[in-house]
Amino acid sequence: MNQSNVQPQAQEGVKLHPISLYLKVWVLLFVLSTLSYLVDYFQLQGGLRWSLILIFMFLKAGFILAIFMHVTWERIALKLVLFLPPLAIVVLIVMMAIEGDYTFLNRLLSFISS
Amino acid sequence: MKENMPPTENRNTEQKNEDNWQGVVRDWSADKQTFDMPWGKLMMWIFLLSDTFIFSIFLTGYMNVRMSAMDSWPNTSEVFALTIAGHHIPLVLIAIMTFVLITSSGTMAMAVNFAYRGDKKKTVYFMAATALLGALFVGMQAFEWTKLIVEEGVRPWGNPMGAAQFGAAFFMITGFHGMHVSAGVIYLAVVARKVARGDYEKKGYHIVEITGLYWHFVDLVWVFIFAFFYLW
Repeated sequence: MNQSNVQPQAQEGVKLHPISLYLKVWVLLFVLSTLSYLVDYFQLQGGLRWSLILIFMFLKAGFILAIFMHVTWERIALKLVLFLPPLAIVVLIVMMAIEGDYTFLNRLLSFISS
Repeated sequence: MKENMPPTENRNTEQKNEDNWQGVVRDWSADKQTFDMPWGKLMMWIFLLSDTFIFSIFLTGYMNVRMSAMDSWPNTSEVFALTIAGHHIPLVLIAIMTFVLITSSGTMAMAVNFAYRGDKKKTVYFMAATALLGALFVGMQAFEWTKLIVEEGVRPWGNPMGAAQFGAAFFMITGFHGMHVSAGVIYLAVVARKVARGDYEKKGYHIVEITGLYWHFVDLVWVFIFAFFYLW
């Protein structure tokens, strides 16, 4: 893989990155996956488990989006289209969490009273 | 950034390279296409955005039923454990599936790169490798489903390990993701064949990047399913 000494003829209007960049990200994703698997393997619990799982998840998702899907090199106009609408999902998650707790409490109450 | 623009627009270079908030206003207000990319790529992005909403709604629904379930939720670490060579390893099948999918994402990224370099042969090889890894993932998922249905007795309406909602959430979420992977394998095979035939020699190889976007998205979704469904 000595692509570096051959000047690649990129398609017009496309920015080329070295293959080594993708290999590095791939190794990084592998390491992050292993770490999140180890969280389960060593049966970490509570807040530590929560935060570690979320940190590794967001790091992995970030690298896939930024490098593999080339979002880093896209214009802001596209980034806005990709990242603004999902804010509605955050609202949905919060509302469904509230609703889930409410359902649980009601089930608990009817369980106690019956 | 500068080299990233398709050379179709007749804007002056000064405007073209400005990627800041004024650039956003200019992109949206100027008398030209707003998104500086092939239309197929933009359509794929919009499709993936809509898919993001569908997967998010499934995962949110799963969160909701899990929070409101009265019975205890099955311990996924144990449900997906395997005994390999006499060793009982928790969640190992899902871990291997994760590594397979991430590796396929890596080979896909390289296929895109080689496509833009004009290296047709390597592009086809890497796309084929990606498709094979995807097929391997689906195969392992079939094994996972079979084990769960036949040996553990999990059904969409109940299971012997605890909350009945577990089965519904499991088959819905992993089934929908598995369907995406299967479709992706076919998509990859079709595009790889067309690349090999030389169909894109004149049109350019943006199609490989567009296919790649779909494939990386499938991997991206798995990152969230792995975290929320299997590790939680």
